[in-house]
Order: sequence, then C-alpha cells, then structure tokens
Amino acid sequence: MFTKRGRSLQEEKNRATGDWSRALRSGARAAWPIYLGYLPIGAAFGVLSQKAGLGPVEVGLMSLLVFAGSSQFIAVSMLSSGAGTSAIVLTTFVVNLRHLLMSSSMAPHLKQVGTGRLSLLAYGITDESFAVNHAGFAAGDWSWRPVLVVNQSSCCVWVLSTMAGSWAGRLVPAGAFGIDYALIAMFLCLLVFQLRERRHKVTALFSGVLAVVFSLLLPGNLHVVLASVCAAALGTLIMRGKNPSKKIRA
Amino acid sequence: MPEMDYIILLLGMGLVTFIPRWAPLAFLSRLELPQWLLDALDLIPAAVLSALVLPVLVTTGEPRVLSLFRPEILVALPTFLFALKTRSLGGTVVLGMGLYWLAGKIF
Repeated sequence: MFTKRGRSLQEEKNRATGDWSRALRSGARAAWPIYLGYLPIGAAFGVLSQKAGLGPVEVGLMSLLVFAGSSQFIAVSMLSSGAGTSAIVLTTFVVNLRHLLMSSSMAPHLKQVGTGRLSLLAYGITDESFAVNHAGFAAGDWSWRPVLVVNQSSCCVWVLSTMAGSWAGRLVPAGAFGIDYALIAMFLCLLVFQLRERRHKVTALFSGVLAVVFSLLLPGNLHVVLASVCAAALGTLIMRGKNPSKKIRA
Repeated sequence: MPEMDYIILLLGMGLVTFIPRWAPLAFLSRLELPQWLLDALDLIPAAVLSALVLPVLVTTGEPRVLSLFRPEILVALPTFLFALKTRSLGGTVVLGMGLYWLAGKIF
C-alpha cells in the first residue's frame, strides 16, 4: 500500500516535471521575439532613467514592481519634470487600463486555474505576452504553465535589460540591426494569426482605423482601449445582424 | 538605496497596474459568461493587436500627427504579406528587422 502510494506520488511528480519541461520549451520558443524586442527598449529605458537620476537598483525595482514599459517611460519623464506621486500613479493607471481587456479575453481560457496561480499569471500580462499567449491558445496545446513561462521569462528579460541599460546602455548604438522593429514585426504576424474569419478581419480593420483617429486626438495610450472596445462591439453587432439565426461561435 | 518616497511611488504604480491585470482573470474566469460577451471577447485580440500596431506605423511625434510614408509603414507592407504567406513568426520578425535596417540605410 505504502509503496504503491509512493510510486504514484513519484509518477505524479514525474508527470509534473515533464509538463514543466515541455512548458519551458514551448514557452521560450513562443516568447523569443519578446526577449529580442525587450532588450533595446529595456536598455533605452535604463539610459533614460539614469539621466533622470535613478540607479540600477531603483530601475530594476520599478521594472519588477510595475512591469509595463510605456507607463515606466512616462513615469520617469514625469519624475524628472518634478511631478507628484499621485499624478504619476493616476497616469500609470490610465496608461495600463488596456490590460483589463487582455485579462478579460484570457479569462475563458484559464477556467480551471486556482486564484493563486491566476494572480501570478495576471502579474505578467503585457501587450506582448498577451499576444503570444493568445496565439498559443488559438493554436491549441496551451495552458497556464506555458503562459507562466512566457510571462515570467519576459519579465526577467525586462528587469535585466533595464538594469543593464542603466549600467551600459550608452554603449549600444541606437537602432542597431533594425532591432527597433522586432516588436512591430511580431505584432504584425500575431495579427495575421488572429485574422481567422471575416468577423476578425472586419473588426481588426475597424480597430486599426479607429485607433489611428483616436491616437491623433488623445495623448498617451487611451486610443488602444477605446478603439478595441468600439471595434469589438461593432464587430459583434454587425455579425449578429448578418447571421441572426446562426450562432456566431461554433 | 532607494528612498522611501520612491518605494511608495513604485508600490502605488505597481498596485494600479496589477488590479486591471488581475480582476478580470480572478472574477470572469469563475463565471459562466453570456454568449454575446464571449463573441465580443473573441474579437478583442484582433482588435487590440490592430489598435496597437497601426498608430505606430502611420503616426509620429508627440502630440501625434499622421505620416503615411514613414519607413515603419513601408516596411510593414512586405512584412505583413510575408506573415500572411508563410505564417512564420520567426521569419517575419527577422525579415521585418532586416528591411527596417535597410530602410534606415536608404532614408
């Protein structure tokens, strides 16, 4: 009885280890364009922060606690222009509100996951990790383990590259090897993966055009949330109107 | 060592960033969502990706202005077509970087 139980525990352990090594491989394979994109942006952030008077430890702490690139850039520029804590925190909130949408659209894929693990996953939701994970779920064979690998490994790369930037960023020439385009190219390809059916294409077109218009009218990142919500609502309405009898989702 | 004011700032920023990331996962994943919401959420990734990338391609500056002939958008067209044809993420990233690097040499 004891040995049997011991063995099944061992098997359970082996299975979990196998799950993790698979998740590490598939997560890292999916996330490498993120690493490539974070290196120059992180280094640039490090340099900027250094000029604003922050040391590597302070830079690393911000990257670890906030982990949201554009809001960190904004925070540092506000810090150097002498803005107060509450103004910076409020701006950070508005800039990062778009993650609400990404988290919502991840939710149906993570139903079986406990609250502790969900919290750990939620911490790592960024534009980039969301896009990669959503492509993973769409392709199937994706679960909370590779999501965790993608999210936390990206976070590690972000923290380390911002700290490295604060030490040595000046030595990296700006725009080396077109690396500034890595994230844009990644987003373009992940967008292609999302254009599965007519309703996705129509929504993407709406959203892109609306985002451009809103981005010209509004400062900051608010255009992403506004355009996405409007376009998804329009897309849902139009496709409903077209197929009133048919269920949209199989 | 970082000062106390700075730590408080970081905790504030971290908290207001974490809540929008956490609340939908914590609550929506426990509920049975209505079909219309599932339909809308299914469209969100395409909408978000498009809304993230298109303004970066065709606007510039702060405050932003429209600029339709930047290297960003010119490189995006072949990169997008390549992604459509090959559906290869790695290939698309490498091609996009290479073309952008070339565009930097030319412009």
